[in-house]
Amino acid sequence: MSTEFLKVEGLGKTYPGAGEPVFDGVNFDIAQGEFVCIIGHSGCGKTTILNVLAGLESASTGHVFMDRREVAGPSLERGVVFQGHALMPWLTVRRNIAFAVRSKWPEWTKAQVGEHVEKYVQLVGLASAIDKKPSALSGGMKQRVGIARAFAIQPRMLLLDEPFGALDALTRGTIQDELLRICAETHQTVFMITHDVDEAILLADRILLMSNGPQARVAEIVKNTMSRDPAKGRQRATLHHDPQYYRIRNHLVDFLVARSKDLSHGRAPAQPLEVSPGLAPEPAPEPSPNVVPLRHVA
Amino acid sequence: MKASLGLRAGLLSLLLLGLLLGVWHLATLTPTPVAAAAAPALTPEQLEYAKLMGKDPAAGAAGAATPSQKAGFPTLVQMGAVVAKNLASPFYDNGPNDKGVGLQLGYSLGRVALGYLLAALVAIPLGFVIGMSPLLHRALDPFIQVLKPISPLAWMPLALYTIKDSAVSGIFVIFICSIWPMLINTAFGVASVRKEWLNVARTLEVSPLRKAFEVILPAAAPTILTGMRISMGIAWLVIVAAEMLVGGTGIGYFVWNEWNNLSLPNVIFAILTIGVVGMLLDLMFARLQKAVTYVD
Repeated sequence: MSTEFLKVEGLGKTYPGAGEPVFDGVNFDIAQGEFVCIIGHSGCGKTTILNVLAGLESASTGHVFMDRREVAGPSLERGVVFQGHALMPWLTVRRNIAFAVRSKWPEWTKAQVGEHVEKYVQLVGLASAIDKKPSALSGGMKQRVGIARAFAIQPRMLLLDEPFGALDALTRGTIQDELLRICAETHQTVFMITHDVDEAILLADRILLMSNGPQARVAEIVKNTMSRDPAKGRQRATLHHDPQYYRIRNHLVDFLVARSKDLSHGRAPAQPLEVSPGLAPEPAPEPSPNVVPLRHVA
Repeated sequence: MKASLGLRAGLLSLLLLGLLLGVWHLATLTPTPVAAAAAPALTPEQLEYAKLMGKDPAAGAAGAATPSQKAGFPTLVQMGAVVAKNLASPFYDNGPNDKGVGLQLGYSLGRVALGYLLAALVAIPLGFVIGMSPLLHRALDPFIQVLKPISPLAWMPLALYTIKDSAVSGIFVIFICSIWPMLINTAFGVASVRKEWLNVARTLEVSPLRKAFEVILPAAAPTILTGMRISMGIAWLVIVAAEMLVGGTGIGYFVWNEWNNLSLPNVIFAILTIGVVGMLLDLMFARLQKAVTYVD
């Protein structure tokens, strides 16, 4: 696996009028084909980081490189699934996705576009609703259309801003399964914001933990030590039977509940250390010793 | 068993119409005996004078049984006859002062259409630009705020002096009164297009032209159409007044001309026609508005 498909270096953002930066010294990288989730409390700048990766916002400091080229603006190489689905309500599902497809391949004929659109609508299981307007769809269906639209342009990287935040638990589960399946099929590189620890464990290869703002940082990177293969237990239904699951989950919850607030104001390390909770070197799901002293710095 | 709301409302409307016509009928019946009784008590000089003024008392007395004074407020029967006559031949043309009401309406509608179209051609693109650029919005706002509340007819002397053509001046007045609601609504609609849709367009690297036509225009269309509808309403109000001033042709001139002829039935008929045409224009825009409105 070639690392550094996406590289984030010293990223920081200070909003005008605010004294302290929301986040600074954010460093991480994502390998090709990797699924990375970022978790952190509200206000630590997750969405801003995602917008910077998408090229929709610019950072105050630092750089983002994709394939060794600096990200300087929005691009068709990075598809975005927005928090509020962002479908155009005056277009049907078909035409919403066709809008994206025609943007990527303007030279395609109508038939080619139509075929491509139908393929991706089927991928998210909405073939029966293809000619409906978004207002006639449920929240979960709308979000699926948003996902289909992002996948349809076959971006090299997919950015998801808390895509299931507004959905009920049952719908969320179904779409998570679908996303997992589609990503496994397409080997899509994904960067996703979530608030849901279980969602992160289910979907991610690595989980970035952000400390609280201001001056938030990616404090720790948790490797998901469970196999990504659905056949070997990474399924929603059987996830909680894996002993590894609770070790990871406890580690994440500990971080969010106890440690993240002590790491605000830039007390988190600029270069996050990577931990693998539950593996032999550190069997107990406790905070790694490298981080513990930092709790007492201030 | 309950009749539908529409049916009940329709029945109530008919009832109100009947009431209105009844009051009209009663109000116009009373004065006729007085006029008939007053006629014989005239001196020969007065009779002579009355004849010179075109009011022959003999003819008046003859027609007293069936009240038909030309200058008075018409009865329902007279009104009905006038309506039937006008509707029977709406497009006749007997010279400059005697044209069918359909022909006059045609002139008015043509003027409104031309002035309105010119206004739309200016207001919608300009509104787009203003809506997209906060700088231009701020810069042009004082001009718009000062020019907007000016009565369109106040421009008339200036228009007549500079353009030196009454017909074109009428069109200019329609232009100047239709432009503001369209301009303001277009700018507002464009400025309040949701950021997330624009972000979608940005991440898809959509060209500016395509963004304008495929994202901003449909997103702002309901607001733009509202402005166009308001403008059309104002234009139809103003054309009548403008034609009264300018004269020559048009439904406004028709009203004024029939007033000079003291033909109140024709005036009333013209008023009703103005109302019906205005309603139809508004309905047309309501349809258009419905077609572009989206449910979010």
